[in-house]
Amino acid sequence: MTDFFWLVGCLINNMKLNELTLIEAVKKLQAKDISHAELYQEIQKEIAKKNPELNMYLTINPEAEHEAEKLLNTPLAGVPIAVKDNYLTKDMKTTASSHVLKNFIPPFDSTVIAKLKHAGGVIMGKTNMDAWAHGSSTETSDFGRTKNPRNPDYLPGGSSGGSAAAVASDTCIGSIGSETAGSIRQPASWCGVVGLKPTYGRVSRAGIVPMASSTDSPGPIGKTVEDCAVMLNFMAGKDPYDATTSILNVPDFTQFVGKSLKGMRIGVCYIDHPKIIGTAAALSIEQAGKTFEQLGATVEQVMLSESLADGRILNPNYAIAVYTIVQRSEVSSNLAGYNGIRYDLGRGEFGAEAKRRIMLGTFTLSKGYADKYYVKAQQVRTLYIQNFNQLFQTYDVLIAPTSSMGYALPLGASKDNPMFGELEDMLLEPSTIAGLPGISIPCFRDETTNLYLGMNIIAKQWDEQKMIQIAHAFELATTWNQWVHRSA
Amino acid sequence: MQSSLSFTTSDITHISELALIPVTEEEKTRLADGFNTVIKVLDSLNQIDVSGIEPTHHVTGLENITREDIVDEARMFTQKEALQNAPVSYDGFFLVSRVLDK
Repeated sequence: MTDFFWLVGCLINNMKLNELTLIEAVKKLQAKDISHAELYQEIQKEIAKKNPELNMYLTINPEAEHEAEKLLNTPLAGVPIAVKDNYLTKDMKTTASSHVLKNFIPPFDSTVIAKLKHAGGVIMGKTNMDAWAHGSSTETSDFGRTKNPRNPDYLPGGSSGGSAAAVASDTCIGSIGSETAGSIRQPASWCGVVGLKPTYGRVSRAGIVPMASSTDSPGPIGKTVEDCAVMLNFMAGKDPYDATTSILNVPDFTQFVGKSLKGMRIGVCYIDHPKIIGTAAALSIEQAGKTFEQLGATVEQVMLSESLADGRILNPNYAIAVYTIVQRSEVSSNLAGYNGIRYDLGRGEFGAEAKRRIMLGTFTLSKGYADKYYVKAQQVRTLYIQNFNQLFQTYDVLIAPTSSMGYALPLGASKDNPMFGELEDMLLEPSTIAGLPGISIPCFRDETTNLYLGMNIIAKQWDEQKMIQIAHAFELATTWNQWVHRSA
Repeated sequence: MQSSLSFTTSDITHISELALIPVTEEEKTRLADGFNTVIKVLDSLNQIDVSGIEPTHHVTGLENITREDIVDEARMFTQKEALQNAPVSYDGFFLVSRVLDK
């Protein structure tokens, strides 16, 4: 009888199966309320309808439905997952949105993809991104930019723009992205969905086209906080093929959903920064602070003026420089392997942004300049880490706007700006260089443009569970994720 | 405060040779302009005293991570798989341009 009432409910809500959350889709598949054929037909229909305009998927897996049918009795029951095109996928084209890799068919799966398959997830397709993940707009993709499903005159953000847009457009059930400094959370914020960047070392980087090896963090993008917790559960853990993965036990992240916030201490950061003060983003975070107080937490503002004392820095301005130097240096080293011999086309095929980054990184690592730039940046990085260590003695989590520019910017905004991504992701860079986890959740929607603002919740290393707990409580207490159709 | 470096197109030529990135004359001008903008942002670090501060190269705190030196045959490539993406191969080998005696 339950499925009868559920189907009636769907008809009343006019709800389609592609709109299900991951948790509901798994439940309904396993209860045989719905079939794989029904689910995949709806997803494929939606992709056919939306992808020509929005350009979210670069490759569609033609075998997806067929693969799913065998996976009913697995934890993910064969749900379709959109995968960023920098994850190596065996026998499925992987381009990192660059011409250099336009014909590359990996002979093996990245660790995360192997884990996804083992858990019963199916690759629905590979999603567009900034080429080599160099950017925060998807406009640097060699295969055309992605548009924001909330309003196609605007950018989806990036670099995981295709993944965030696939979630927001209900053309997948969940998605996997990757972040170096903002590449999961910023597109999640601009597309009005949930993006989770785990602690550096929580999830294996093995088999992902590398960008900045000391900060690259694979993570989920989903419709809800709980969906992200489910995806993180199967992604996380020690991997013998990535020596930087942690040996710490991985908790069941879904267990922290629904716990009370009583006694929780929350610090509010960056809203007194000259670029942020008084903006809609700052106001939405102040409002979020009030919500958290109503939920029983203690909320205090952390002032920027408390920075640059006692070997500590809070002000994100310097993190822009630190991140740029570290990232460009590591890019120049990582992309040295793309020399047109083993598996790609020659170095003349790099796009303008990749050329710019490789060459700047070559400069910051070169003789005579490495101490002045690279080493100095790593020293300032230490100052940010010392500051976070101190803040987390007082606070359980820190909250701030995800995007320094607030709402999604119009198409074309990133053009010819060599620092677009770094300025856009300014508020995410300090915690990124410290390796901390963060989650971006929708915290306001503009009714005129249908664009969203995101709140970034940062926790200390290996404390993803706390930010999941807090994000989920906020999601339940507010209306900003009402775009998610819930059948219950 | 010291003024920032100024990049010329000949500096860009030198860096492009180090990085093995072919660039056109037009790109050199654009890259020099871009570098001159970016270097001012990077030089903001000159305002910070870091004497006695240790650099952080990675954040995990892990040291000397090793694994057993055992071949996992399930992960081995066949010769065909190893060569499947090579732009040019010959008789089971990757074919590369001559780099010595140039």
